[in-house]
Amino acid sequence: MAETPVAEHRPASAALAEAARVGLIAGALAFPVLALRAEPDFSNRLVLQPRWSWMLGAAVAGFAGRLLLSLLPPRRPKTAQAAQAKRASRRAAQAFAAFGLGLIFIWPLLVLLALGPGGALKWIDNYGVQILIYVMLGWGLNIVVGLAGLLDLGYVAFYAVGAYSYALLATNYGASFWICLPVAGCLAAFWGVLLGFPVLRLRGDYLAIVTLAFGEIIRIVLINFSALTNGDAGIASIPRATFFGLPFVPGPKGFDAFFGLPFSPIHRVVFLYYLILALALVTNLATLRLRRLPIGRAWEALREDEIACRSLGIDTTKTKLTAFALGAMFGGFAGAFFAARQGFVSPSSFNFTESATILAIVVLGGRGSQIGVAAAAIAIVGGSELLRELDFLKHVFGEDFDPTQYRMLLVGLAMVMMMNWRPRGFVSTREPSIFLGARKQIGGDFVKEGRG
Amino acid sequence: MEVFLQQLINGLTLGSIYGLIAIGYTMVFGIIGMVNFAHGDVFMLSAFIALILFLALQQFFGVQSLALSFVIVLFLSMALTGLWNYAIERMAYRRLRGSFRLAPLISAIGMSIFLSNFVYVAQGPRNKAAPPMFTEVVKLTSGGAYNVTLSYKQILIVVVTAVLLAVFWFVVQKTPLGRAQRACEQDAKMAALLGIDVNRTVAATFVIGAALAAVAGVLYVLYYGVVNAADGFVPGVKAFTAAVLGGIGSIPGAVVGGLLIGLIETFWSAYFSADYKDVAAFSILAITLIFMPSGLLGRPDVEKV
Amino acid sequence: MLRVERLSMRFGGLLAVDGLSFDVRRGDITALIGPNGAGKTTVFNCITGFYKPTTGRIAMSAEGLADPDAIDALTRSSSRERNGIHLLERMPDHEIARHARVARTFQNIRLFAGMSALENLIVAQHRPLMRASIFSLAGLVGAPSFRAAENAAKQKAGDWLARINLLDRADDPAGALPYGDQRRLEIARAMCADPVLLCLDEPAAGLNPRESADLTALLRMIRDEFGVSLLLIEHDMSVVMEISDHIVVLDYGRKIADGTPAEIRADPSVIAAYLGVPDEEVDAVVQEALS
Repeated sequence: MAETPVAEHRPASAALAEAARVGLIAGALAFPVLALRAEPDFSNRLVLQPRWSWMLGAAVAGFAGRLLLSLLPPRRPKTAQAAQAKRASRRAAQAFAAFGLGLIFIWPLLVLLALGPGGALKWIDNYGVQILIYVMLGWGLNIVVGLAGLLDLGYVAFYAVGAYSYALLATNYGASFWICLPVAGCLAAFWGVLLGFPVLRLRGDYLAIVTLAFGEIIRIVLINFSALTNGDAGIASIPRATFFGLPFVPGPKGFDAFFGLPFSPIHRVVFLYYLILALALVTNLATLRLRRLPIGRAWEALREDEIACRSLGIDTTKTKLTAFALGAMFGGFAGAFFAARQGFVSPSSFNFTESATILAIVVLGGRGSQIGVAAAAIAIVGGSELLRELDFLKHVFGEDFDPTQYRMLLVGLAMVMMMNWRPRGFVSTREPSIFLGARKQIGGDFVKEGRG
Repeated sequence: MEVFLQQLINGLTLGSIYGLIAIGYTMVFGIIGMVNFAHGDVFMLSAFIALILFLALQQFFGVQSLALSFVIVLFLSMALTGLWNYAIERMAYRRLRGSFRLAPLISAIGMSIFLSNFVYVAQGPRNKAAPPMFTEVVKLTSGGAYNVTLSYKQILIVVVTAVLLAVFWFVVQKTPLGRAQRACEQDAKMAALLGIDVNRTVAATFVIGAALAAVAGVLYVLYYGVVNAADGFVPGVKAFTAAVLGGIGSIPGAVVGGLLIGLIETFWSAYFSADYKDVAAFSILAITLIFMPSGLLGRPDVEKV
Repeated sequence: MLRVERLSMRFGGLLAVDGLSFDVRRGDITALIGPNGAGKTTVFNCITGFYKPTTGRIAMSAEGLADPDAIDALTRSSSRERNGIHLLERMPDHEIARHARVARTFQNIRLFAGMSALENLIVAQHRPLMRASIFSLAGLVGAPSFRAAENAAKQKAGDWLARINLLDRADDPAGALPYGDQRRLEIARAMCADPVLLCLDEPAAGLNPRESADLTALLRMIRDEFGVSLLLIEHDMSVVMEISDHIVVLDYGRKIADGTPAEIRADPSVIAAYLGVPDEEVDAVVQEALS
C-alpha cells in the first residue's frame, strides 16, 4: 500500500503484484462504461458497441501508474532539513510573489511585444483577464473561508447577483459601468446579509449545504423568472465597460479616435486587463488592511474558537455577517466586471462548478494566504485554459479525437491529485497581524480551519 | 383526492430513490465526517452501468426474461459500483483522512467532476433511453375524472427498497462489520487500538454506500428510462439535502429525509409549479435547519463549553 | 456583587443544578467546590450566559447589590439592566461579557491556538478597539486616533505578558506554549477584556506545585491591584484553602455548605460528600480537616 514507509525496500515482485492488482481493478472498472458504448441505431434503440481496447488501455494505465508510484521515493519524515527546506520555500514564495506581481503588471505589454496585436488577444483575454477574475473571486471568498472559517459553497450566487445587477441596470436604464459597479457590490452584500442572517447560526456542514442550496435557488430563479432575467437565454448586448465614458468602438466617438489611435479590439482587452487587475488589487489591499483591524482579528479568532470569542464580548453573529457581506461584495464587484466584459450573462455561467472552482482555489492556495490564493488561481484556471490548447493531440490519436472533451476530466483529476499532494494548500503558515518583537510565521499545524 | 393519492404514490417512489442515495452520504459522514460530494456521480455512474449491463444481457446473451435480467443487473451493478467507490476511496480520500476538513471536500468535488466527465467521454453527451420495462399498471380507482394508477415499476421500486433496507439494517445492527462501523463512528483511534481494522471498515462503508446508490441507479433507469452524464449532480444534492434534513449521521433519518424530499418535490410540482420544485425542497431544508439545527432525527450537535 | 438565587438547570431528565443560591461579594475570592459532576461548570455556564438556566435569577452589579428591592423591581420589569444592575439570565453571552463585565476562562483551555500570544490579548480588547476604529472605517483609512488606540492596546497586552512572564514569547502561537503558560495566558486574556468579575474554571488543573504557587500569586495580584473579584472552580484544595475568602460547596447540584475556609474545613457534610470520591481529593480534604 502507498503509505508503507519502506516501499523502496520491497522486492520488485511485490511491487509488480500490487501493480497487477491495480491494473486488474482498473480493467474491471472500465468494463461496462468504457468498454461498451451504447449508441442508438436507426430505430432509435440503444445498441452496444464493444471497444475492448479501451478496457485494455485502462488496465495497462492502472498497472503502469501503480508501478510508477512504487518507484517514487517514499515521503520523508519531518526533520530539521525539512524545516530548513520550509524556510527556503518561504523565501522562494516571497521571491515568486515579487516576480509574479511584476510579471502581472507587464503581462499584456509582454504578450503584445512577443505576438503582435493579432496573436496577443487570446493570451491577454484567456490567460490574463480570465485568471484575474478568479484571483479576485478567490480573494473575496478567502475572507469568508480563509479568515472567518465559514464554509460557503454558494459563493457564485453573489457573483451572479453582481453580474445581473449590472446587466439589468445597464440594459434597462443605461447606467454606466462606474455607477453600476458600487451598486452591484452593495446589492451582493445586501443579499449576503439577507442570506447570512438566518443561516449563520448553523455550523459546519449544515452551513455548507444551506449556502449551496442558496446558490442553486438563485440560479433556478434566474432561469425561471423570465420576465426579469430572460430565463435560460440570458441577457445579451449588455453595454461594455467604457474608458471613463469613451466606448471601445470604431468611429469618431470611440476611445481609439479620441486618442488618435487606429481602431483595434486589443485596446479594449488591455483596458479590461488593467481594470480587473485594479479591482483585484483593491480586494487584496482591503483584505490585508482588514486583517490588521479589530474586525479582521475577530474573524480569525472566530475561526480559531467561537466560544472563546463570545466569552470576550464579541458578537459572533455580527462578526460572521460582516465577513459574509464583505466577501459577497467583492463577489458582486467581480460579477459586474464579468457582465461588462462578456456583454452577455446567462444562468449557465453561475452553476455549482464555479463555486467549487473558487473554493478549490482558496483551499489549494492555503486558506488565508493571499499569495497562495493567487498562485492557486493561476494554477487551476491557467491550467484548465492550457488544456484547451491540446489540438496537437489530434496528430497522435487521429482526427476524430476531440481533446476539449478531456479538459474537465483532467481538471477533476488534477484537483484530486493536488489535494492529495498538498492537503494544506500552497501556503499553510500564517503571519500574525501584530508583533511585539520579530516577525515570525505561525506554522500551519496550529492554525485551525473553523467549524462554521 | 385522486390527484393527492397519485402524487403520494409518485412522491414515495421518488423518495425511495433519494433515500437510498442519502444513506451513502450519511454513512460516510458518520464514519469519517466527510461530505462525499462525488456520491451523486457514483449514483449516475451506477445508472449507466445498469443500463449497459441490461443491454449487454439482451444483446450478447439473449436473456429475454425481464425478471431474470433485473436480478442479474441489480447484483452486478451493486458489485461494480461498490468496486468503483472502493477505488475512489482508496485513491482520493484515504490519505486525506484526519487531515483538514476542506481537503477531502475539494478532493471529492474533483472526483465528482472527474466521474461525470468520464461518463461523458466514454458514453457521449446525449441522453440514453432504455427500452421500456415493466410497463403494466394497476388502476386503483376508476370511474372518476382521473384514474389513480400504481405502476409495476413503482411497486417494484418500493418493494426492492424496503427489502434491501431491511438487509442493510441487519448488516449495520447485527454483524461484526456493523459493530466495527459504529465503533469507528464513535472514535476511530480508540477502535484502531482495540484491534479494529479502520481502513477496511471505512472501505466497507464506501462499498455498502455505493451498492445502495447502485440500487437507486438501477431503479432510476427503470423508472425514468433515461440517463445522462450530467444526471449526478441534482439527485446528489437532493439526496444530500435529504440526509441533512433527516439529521446527517442517522440512517433512519436519511430514509425519512429522502421520502420527505421526494414528497415535497412531487406535491409542489403538482399543486404549484414544477419550475420551482427544487427551490421548494431547498427552502424547506433551510427552514428546517434554522429551527431544528441538527435535522429531524440527528443527534443534537452540542458543543461542550 | 453577584447574587445567584434559586438557580436550577435541567438537561432532559437530569437536574444538574437544583435551587442554588449564593453571593459573590465585591473584592472577594470566592471558590465553588464539590465532587466531579456536582454541577459547578453548569453554574459557570449559566452565569456567563452559555446556558440559559431553567429557573432562577442571577443579578450582577459592579457597584455591589446592597438594595434587594432594586433587583426585584428590575425582575418585574422586562428590561435587562437598570441602575447598573444586570439580570444575567436575560442576556446573551457576549453581552454579559461586554456590559455586565464578567469574563471567564475554560476548563479545557480555549485559546486562539493559531494566533500569537499577543494577538490573543489584542482580540480580548475587541470592544474598545472597535469603537476607536469607528467599526473599522477609521481603521481602514489609517486614522491617527485609531493608531493611538491600537498602541494603547498593544501596551496593555505587553504589560500583561510581562506580568505572566511571557513577554519573550509574545509572537509565538498560543498553541505552542507549554500547558501552564497557556493557563496563565488565558487568564491574562480574560483580564484584557477589562472585567469586574473574573470566573476561572479549574485554573490550577494540571499544574505542578511551583506553577500552582505562581497562579495563586497571579490571582491575588488581580484582586489586589485591579480590584477584580474572582469566582473560581477548583479541585486543588491547597489552592482553594489558601486564597479563598469564601467557599461554596456543591453536591448533586445543591449547596451543602457556604462559609469561610475555616468553617468549610470543619463542616462534616462536606467531608461526607467528598468521601464518595475515591481519589486524592478525599485525602486532601480529610487531611485539611484533621490538621
